[in-house]
Amino acid sequence: MSIAIRDVTKRFGSFAALDGVSVDVATGSLTALLGPSGSGKSTLLRVIAGLEMPDSGSVAIADEDVTRRSPQDRGVGFVFQHYAAFKHMTVWENVAFGLKIRHRPRVEVRARVAELLALVQLEGLERRYPAQLSGGQRQRMGLARALAVDPHVLLLDEPFGALDARVRTELRAWLRRLHDETRTTTVIVTHDQEEAMEVADEVVVMNRGRIEQAAGPRDLYERPANEFVMSFVGQVNRIGDAFVRPHDLELVLDAGASTREAMVQRIVHLGFEVQVELVRDDGAPLSVRLTRDEEERLELVRGDIVHVRPIRATTFS
Amino acid sequence: MAARLGLRLVALFYLAAILVAPLGLVCYRTCAHDAGAAWAALHAHATVHAFRVTLVAVAIAVPVNAVFGVVCALAIVRGRFPGRGFLNAFVDLPLALSPVVVGAALLLLYGRNGWLPGVHVLFSLRGIVLATTFVSLPFVAREVVPTLREIGDEQEQAAHTLGASGWQTFWRVTLPSIRWAVVYGVVLTTARCLGEYGAVAVVSGNIEGRTQTATLAVQDAYENLDRAGAYAISLALALGAVLVLVAMSLVRPREARS
Repeated sequence: MSIAIRDVTKRFGSFAALDGVSVDVATGSLTALLGPSGSGKSTLLRVIAGLEMPDSGSVAIADEDVTRRSPQDRGVGFVFQHYAAFKHMTVWENVAFGLKIRHRPRVEVRARVAELLALVQLEGLERRYPAQLSGGQRQRMGLARALAVDPHVLLLDEPFGALDARVRTELRAWLRRLHDETRTTTVIVTHDQEEAMEVADEVVVMNRGRIEQAAGPRDLYERPANEFVMSFVGQVNRIGDAFVRPHDLELVLDAGASTREAMVQRIVHLGFEVQVELVRDDGAPLSVRLTRDEEERLELVRGDIVHVRPIRATTFS
Repeated sequence: MAARLGLRLVALFYLAAILVAPLGLVCYRTCAHDAGAAWAALHAHATVHAFRVTLVAVAIAVPVNAVFGVVCALAIVRGRFPGRGFLNAFVDLPLALSPVVVGAALLLLYGRNGWLPGVHVLFSLRGIVLATTFVSLPFVAREVVPTLREIGDEQEQAAHTLGASGWQTFWRVTLPSIRWAVVYGVVLTTARCLGEYGAVAVVSGNIEGRTQTATLAVQDAYENLDRAGAYAISLALALGAVLVLVAMSLVRPREARS
């Protein structure tokens, strides 16, 4: 189901967490709300869920105005960063909670919970308590619990933020597959641009309670609307008025027409890629990304003087 | 090593001197010397009645304060209203006030020349219940407040998004999460109610066979030089308190393990 947010403003005291925000989320899409902490992304998600009331503006889910409706009547599934597992209930009872609240017949509850536990790969752990699960398992239980009631929209608030890097990457890929299977309209909040780009169809970049840009991952990276988006979505070098991505800089050994001199400070091997940190003659730092082959061909060592040429640069008026 | 041993000895000695020795002596005196007299004292009509009065006060004050304590704790932790801090401080008042002062205050309010003289609570069971409820008011709230703070409100929010009403959330999520705090608060409240003396002494009138509680009966027996009776009733009261504590510690670990 689609979500339409119109001119939503939310203040906490004198702090404007959301400042006239309008966003559209298409039916069946997976949208990421991306931004630094304090940008208002979590507040926006909580406004959609009804956990926060906006001071002004409106929220519609499936073309129905739900602005004044309580969370229990919105048909949303919410997944919390710190799981919010019901600690006194088993995995089975956690997942069954929403169904039992709705007084569904026992046979149906049993079938649905079994189906969901299979979906999130927690079969056999039904009788465990949340305290006996790993972080990743707890969050998958949280997802199953939220999906149990067939929500119109699934809302995830930094769902993998409390997990270690490897589990996070695994769950990210798994979430994408899950979404492709269920096609539930999903909104995920994250401060990790890599996560947003990897998992979402549409990325909404937020900053200081406002929307900076909403676009697909590729557009966002290639055609950022402004300086903030450009520097938040991936690394960036500033050369005069122009912004250049580290992989859009070429390193050459001889000076040329459009080159600038720089000194190698540090060489970081990242696997397939190599990041070279340089200092320009005017003291400004530069980052350049090369493939391993390119770096080997140049035979760079610390202290070398090289010449840098931008291949592609972006300027904002 | 020696330091730790010393610390343990100090703690044990302290416990022995303050707690175990007096209780043990009561036990010893009752059982060894005047067992027959003690038994007789416990069966006396006035004693039985005194215990009944105490139990009635407990039976009313404990549930009332359990409900009040939970509601109060929810208001203090989850509520968003002006005067929350005031309520938080106010709940502790019965702990800070001497029970005798509480009794005097009740006397001032409901006494013959008091502000509400039409309400007959003095020298009656009502007065005893009122005084007992007042002095045992903070325990449940005090136990529940930190637990509520610790569990946070995310589980409650999750329940809401899953379709639970406020009432359903309270019964299925909040209350089970704080149940041990409530139980512990109830145990402390019960113990406090069983042992209440000061406030009850002032408002009850201490009429034997009518408005005398078990603690008042102990005092009476002692003043009438009926040592056996005083020790016997004391022992029975202490046993009651110990039983409540033991019952709780028996149930608790089994639940906590699961």
